[in-house]
Amino acid sequence: MSALTLSGLCKAFGGLHVTNNVDLDVAPGERRLIIGPNGAGKTTLFNLITGEITPDRGSIHLFGQDITRVPSRRRPHLGMARTYQIITLFPRNSIIHNIILALLGLSPTRWNPLIDIKHQGHLVDTARAALQRVGLGHIAERPLGQTSYGERRRVEIAMALAQNPKVLLLDEPFAGLSIDERGDVKQLLLSIPRDVTIVMIEHNMDVALEFAERITLLHFGEVIVEGNRAEVVANPRTREVYLGH
Amino acid sequence: MNARLFALAIAFVALVSVPYWMPGIYYVNVASQILFYAVFALGLNVLVGYGGLVSLGHAGLFGVAAYTTGYLLQLGLGHPVAILAALVVGVGSTAVYAVLSLRSTGIGFIMITLALGEILWGLAYRWISVTGGDNGISLHTRPEPFGFSLSDAVTFYYATLIIFLFSLGIMAVMVRSPFGAALMGTRDQPRRMNALGYHVWAIRFWACLLSGLLTSISGIMFVYYTQFISPQTLALTSSAEVLLMVISGGAGTLLGPIVGAALVVAVKTVVSGFIERWNFLLGAIFVAIVIMMPEGLVPGSARLWQLMWRKKSLPGKVVATEAKP
Repeated sequence: MSALTLSGLCKAFGGLHVTNNVDLDVAPGERRLIIGPNGAGKTTLFNLITGEITPDRGSIHLFGQDITRVPSRRRPHLGMARTYQIITLFPRNSIIHNIILALLGLSPTRWNPLIDIKHQGHLVDTARAALQRVGLGHIAERPLGQTSYGERRRVEIAMALAQNPKVLLLDEPFAGLSIDERGDVKQLLLSIPRDVTIVMIEHNMDVALEFAERITLLHFGEVIVEGNRAEVVANPRTREVYLGH
Repeated sequence: MNARLFALAIAFVALVSVPYWMPGIYYVNVASQILFYAVFALGLNVLVGYGGLVSLGHAGLFGVAAYTTGYLLQLGLGHPVAILAALVVGVGSTAVYAVLSLRSTGIGFIMITLALGEILWGLAYRWISVTGGDNGISLHTRPEPFGFSLSDAVTFYYATLIIFLFSLGIMAVMVRSPFGAALMGTRDQPRRMNALGYHVWAIRFWACLLSGLLTSISGIMFVYYTQFISPQTLALTSSAEVLLMVISGGAGTLLGPIVGAALVVAVKTVVSGFIERWNFLLGAIFVAIVIMMPEGLVPGSARLWQLMWRKKSLPGKVVATEAKP
């Protein structure tokens, strides 16, 4: 059974077809890279998968379950997590509070108005462990506003990982990072266990190609090339629309 | 005992001893007003400060609870029934208000709440058989819980104080809870909260109900205090006034709305006795707060205090740095 299956997915904004009959089949544990020039519809595809945008046609299956009409807020409960291209965190709070919010999102405790969040030992411990995993354990209490861009990228990934997802969608996790930070994030992504399926959008081909097993090239909302690294890189269409000659 | 607990203890003693150190009964009544308006401001702060939803129709909900109390007492029902029914009707009205206004956020939310507040104000004017129209509804008695008659200003003050402390306790617990964290999360990053698995609309809806509960409590206290309710209470100016309390004191803080309520009520009731153009003074104070402490009096004062301490401690550090070879 596939981890994620998209069948004939279409989305148009007025006359602009941003996603056109996209089929995608991602195997469990696979590392899939989505590439394409700006405006190819990569982030829109992520928004369709996570339910932030409703498709006009087509279907989305997560481990065999049709989630096309499942509200976006329910999808994390089914094992789907994502990060954003533009960092979307809670800047007024500490790093650990950001992770606790991610943990609470899947916990029935989130409705409780009577308990003190700081006294929820298991939540705090799990959040701290998630931060250790991304190398931020030593600055867990630091306000997010006092962290570097690279640290915030790692907080984004830590929030997604804290939810123990089965499918993780990473939207340009290397964007805006320095060479050193890129190396750190790459190591972090390589350390994610195989029971997590990863679909990643990335423009930085140096790091992305090392990471990806299969690559899908989108152009004007359509899948035009798909295959393993060697096949996609060697394909003339890839050079024509994306890599250049 | 740390400084925070010490300050809280001093504040508690000061509040409990108000009837003993205030110069007269008039000022005890002013203190009662400050307390029930503080409960109103705490209620609005749930939405404005913690939910990021600015409501301009809360005076309508305040009025619904006050009118329900007045109307039921007029029908001859007892105080417990009137109070309970006012709470149920107040929170029920808030539920309808929330369903309608939460269709939008930002400017849209403000405009819908403004419109709903105006509808309630219009109803108070025109539904004469229930509200008495322009003449309003007068109350002739106050309750006597456990044999203590609230007709006396001091007893009424203590009843208000108990209700105020209860409301403050509810808020203090809520803001530290997972629900409070979720509500603040929906204020800062609703899209992210949705992607984390939170039902953003439902969180805002429950926040509206909590806000409505505190607003209804204060509406009931108000109608018992003035022993009169008229459409003027539901006017847009009343909604703006309580919003002013929240913003001037510091939205999203526990103490801010209380300080804001004290400021507005003091200017309205006490200063207005000495200055004819008290509205002008209130406006000037608000402009000064916005310029000097845009985050509100409480967080602004905290910031100034920290700055002062930093300045005091800096010279020593500079000397120590300079002393190094």
